[in-house]
Amino acid sequence: MNTVNMTIDGIKVTVPADYTILEAAREARINIPTLCYLKDVNQIGACRLCLVEIKGARALQASCVSPVGEGMEIKTNTEKLRLARKQNLELILSNHNRECTSCIRSANCELQTLCNELGVKEYSYEGSKTESNVDDLSASIVRDNSKCILCRRCVATCNEIQNIGAIGVSMRGFKTTVGCIYNKSLADSPCINCGQCILACPVGALHEKDSIKDVWAALNDPTKHVVVQPAPAVRATLGEEFGLPMGTSVTGKLVASLKRLGFDKVFDTDFAADLTIMEEGTELIGRLTKGGVLPMITSCSPGWIKFCETFYPDFIPNLSSCKSPHEMLGALIKSYYAEKSEIDPANIYTVSIMPCTAKKYESQREELGDDGMQDVDAVLTVRELAKMIKSAGIDFVRLPDENFDNLLGESTGAGVIFGATGGVMEAALRTVYEVVTGKTLENVDFNVVRGIEGVKEAEVDLNGTKVRVAVAHGTGNASKLLDMIKNGEKSYEFIEVMGCPGGCVTGGGTPIISANVHAYINPKIERAKALYGEDMGKTKRKSHDNTEVKKLYEDYLGDIGGHKAHHLLHTHYVKRNKY
Amino acid sequence: MIRSHVLICAGTGCTSSGSTAVRVALEKELVRKELDKEVKIVQTGCFGLCALGPIMIIYPEGTFYSRITPEDIPEIVEEHLLKGRLVSRLVYDDIGEDTVKEEGKPVSLNETGFYKKQKRIALKNCGVINPEIIDEYIAMDGYAALGKVLTEMTPADVINTMKESGLRGRGGGGFPTGTKWQFAANSISDKKYVVCNADEGDPGAFMDRSVLEGDPHAVLEAMAIAGYAIGADEGYIYVRAEYPIAIKRLQIAIDQAREYNLLGKDIFGTGFNFDIQIRLGAGAFVCGEETALLTSIEGNRGEPRPRPPFPAVKGLFGQPTIINNVETYANIPQIILKGAEWFSSMGTEKSKGTKVFALGGKITHTGLVEIPMGTKLREIIYEIGGGIPGGKKFKAAQTGGPSGGCIPASLVDTSVDYDSLIAIGSMMGSGGLIVLDEDDCMVDIAAFFLKFTVDESCGKCVPCRIGTRRMLEILERITSGKGEEGDIERLEELAQHIRATALCGLGQTAPNPVLSTIRYFRDEYEAHIKEKRCPAGHCKALARYTIKADACKGCSLCAKKCPVNAISGELKKPYVIDQNKCIKCGICMESCKFAAIEKK
Repeated sequence: MNTVNMTIDGIKVTVPADYTILEAAREARINIPTLCYLKDVNQIGACRLCLVEIKGARALQASCVSPVGEGMEIKTNTEKLRLARKQNLELILSNHNRECTSCIRSANCELQTLCNELGVKEYSYEGSKTESNVDDLSASIVRDNSKCILCRRCVATCNEIQNIGAIGVSMRGFKTTVGCIYNKSLADSPCINCGQCILACPVGALHEKDSIKDVWAALNDPTKHVVVQPAPAVRATLGEEFGLPMGTSVTGKLVASLKRLGFDKVFDTDFAADLTIMEEGTELIGRLTKGGVLPMITSCSPGWIKFCETFYPDFIPNLSSCKSPHEMLGALIKSYYAEKSEIDPANIYTVSIMPCTAKKYESQREELGDDGMQDVDAVLTVRELAKMIKSAGIDFVRLPDENFDNLLGESTGAGVIFGATGGVMEAALRTVYEVVTGKTLENVDFNVVRGIEGVKEAEVDLNGTKVRVAVAHGTGNASKLLDMIKNGEKSYEFIEVMGCPGGCVTGGGTPIISANVHAYINPKIERAKALYGEDMGKTKRKSHDNTEVKKLYEDYLGDIGGHKAHHLLHTHYVKRNKY
Repeated sequence: MIRSHVLICAGTGCTSSGSTAVRVALEKELVRKELDKEVKIVQTGCFGLCALGPIMIIYPEGTFYSRITPEDIPEIVEEHLLKGRLVSRLVYDDIGEDTVKEEGKPVSLNETGFYKKQKRIALKNCGVINPEIIDEYIAMDGYAALGKVLTEMTPADVINTMKESGLRGRGGGGFPTGTKWQFAANSISDKKYVVCNADEGDPGAFMDRSVLEGDPHAVLEAMAIAGYAIGADEGYIYVRAEYPIAIKRLQIAIDQAREYNLLGKDIFGTGFNFDIQIRLGAGAFVCGEETALLTSIEGNRGEPRPRPPFPAVKGLFGQPTIINNVETYANIPQIILKGAEWFSSMGTEKSKGTKVFALGGKITHTGLVEIPMGTKLREIIYEIGGGIPGGKKFKAAQTGGPSGGCIPASLVDTSVDYDSLIAIGSMMGSGGLIVLDEDDCMVDIAAFFLKFTVDESCGKCVPCRIGTRRMLEILERITSGKGEEGDIERLEELAQHIRATALCGLGQTAPNPVLSTIRYFRDEYEAHIKEKRCPAGHCKALARYTIKADACKGCSLCAKKCPVNAISGELKKPYVIDQNKCIKCGICMESCKFAAIEKK
């Protein structure tokens, strides 16, 4: 590796030659303030906060885009720089909706933090503001451009990482805005509702469509029987909202807090994950043995589903017909559970706690319901749940651990790992292997499909039949994989796709991490550890060992993939136009 | 047998003033008089004297006719072309005030005040050849430079010649062309590009348009030479879509050059391949910034990107690229043919050759001029430009467009070259030169140019997007009479901040019009702020209309005309204007028959 020697604030450093000055400064343990920069996502030098002085250079340079050079002498902390950064910050503030106290990102706002750190004490450049509007027509995402600071982190995420391009930059100069083409709403765009833009936003310009009010209303309604289910990734991320270290598993406290919020039943989406494996695994074996459409592709991620319907409709026949796990559970709560507990399903209100914003959109899809009732009535993100817990005065961190309710509350380790990229594939392989070979799987860890590489591949020997599998996370990586399949470069039998990079643990509904933390810590890795840890701790780690699942088939559904299962647990897809 | 050539300007300026109708009328008249076999009409590019268009020159006499209408054509044909007599009422023979005209002797074009101090290199063929016929270009030694380069010179020779000539970029930056080529030649890559920046966007500037309209092959030839020098086989011309004539002629030129195998594969049988494509800009000023231009060619929103990496290392589609301006290219074939020494013998120590300027504003000869570097501003304005019309006083010259600044009358003897202009707070820019007289308010001029940048900022970086807007708000506050103590200092502070921190050259130079007007006309700013007075009488909000009691006859006409009933009085006694009601529309002053109303 080529390296260069340079000095930053008098500190000698030797860094790789392809580093930027910002990266080099971080090696030297110097923090240069940044705002538009987001590691691996956005490096455009637009906000002009990471300015540095380079000896011999004419103007101040943005360190996030300036390459290092041999013998460079850099200053990062001079009076001139402190003033220039502060002035740019004040200019940003002069065109920013500063209703901070009521802002969804209050206390978790990178702009606010920078103002504190750089000592902004007055508004020096008051003036007119760019005309803006609030787009709240999407089922999942709200954009409030009065708060947008045009850092373009959302644009880079949507275009470069997710390969969607629903949003871009329009107009010029002071009129510049971020939005959809022809000023359309996100609802009328090819947006897949993944919410990765929300995670990228340093301020309050993007947030999920609020469902808190609806859920409180249902909880306060004595005629409603409110049933809740949290997704696997919720237990791996919720703790961060209460100051617990990233990667802390909070399953027991999660259940306890949901009960204290007043939910009548707390079931587990992990149960439905195990159930998904039964249905999806059977579907795969069917396609393998009866000559069905291959490769089969998983269907748990609603962002990925809309992406496939919109951008790769040729692959719709490849999608598993299984509903996503929480939709399966929603359907069962309003049928199986309603019947067992003798409650009129019309009075049941189902709430899903999801690491996901696309689930909000998904829950409104017409085909995901029965008799005019939607399977899932409301979807809360992890962030929304945290707000409810806080506003209810629940001391989350000191809560005792409690258990999910019976009937739809048991899960295996296979269900837990659904929240990380590769998890669905691994869970499926654990079951499919034993079903096809009839042998017991001794080592259930398929490490080859774990980790955060964009596209992972493996080959599994099922009694002499080689099954080629691939895992992609993030729709950008999914595009690459599908293009290779289209071109004939690659061929597989089974593919897992999750719409968000890293899978559900870093889904659009999870706690937002500032760019500064991103620079040093990878939440895709840290959060997944919580799930794999929980999997390790489980005595049952294969979905087909779930006794409540077995009982469900015996008592209610009948055959796996049978008629009743099909009616409640499977769905269909439609080709969508981009506009 | 052709005995006369009639050159008619078909550039944008003369086309706008009606040269097409003149040409059609001439064609018909020649047929009617059965002269169409003897007289040849040549549609040329711009002659430069746009203010006097449509323009026609008849050879072999070299008679220069100006402001021709189709109605003049029968007389020109009858008198000049048939009888050989000048139509003197249409002849342009202004030789300037300081020269005595000899009675009866026809004035040649080069003797006129407008042309005699010019030196036409980039504009050599403009107004001389038909740009839509490649043979006419070839007849003027066209493509001889490319032939020489490919058969007699190594790429290193070409680059050395460029370096020795001292040619600097004519687009505004003034970077040495040879050095730029050297960087690109040094970059190792299988694929390199040559790009021509024809996205001319400064208000009032049309130098590049005239070159493209009048001599497109010179640009193509130079780009091929550049391709040979750096090892590129593909070129792009990025031209703004608002230049339809230039685009049409460029495409004709490219097609003809391909037909003659002067573009394409194995040019001159030397194995050198080079071809050129046109890309149209969609009206964004910022796309004239080189990295934004490249981004736009790539199909993305035209926005600057950080340098380094410079285009010579990582340019178009990530490959080493040189990007030069139209006028820069237009010099190159002649430098190759006549040698670096010939070129560097013109101009000043650090600014060699000539520069084309588009003269505009309060000047008699609006149009296009090419002058040796180092010519005094005074010569341009008073001798070539014919001075200020209407006997008004020269106040300042604005050069460099929205990135440039104002040169006050006190510095009218400044030498026009890159470094002298920078030293006085302006810049050469691409060649717009707007003349201002005593009626122009310098605060308003600063606001005009800044508004242009505010509207045209790409919106990417904070200081340019928001900072220039805040500066404009302060300026508009001042010109509307709401200026506050400290506004000048606020402007200066923001200007220095934007200059130091904006992402691209356009942003960094955006405050220049404000800084230079503060530097030379601070008293005007102060008058607006402290006295609520516009010394030039230009700012409407600061104007004050009053009725001179001794001149007012009390006729009541002004009171009747006033749209807001701000004027009152008794008949036959002096009327008065209520300043609180007055909206400063000026109707009273126009309507007064006794000149009793004055504006201060």
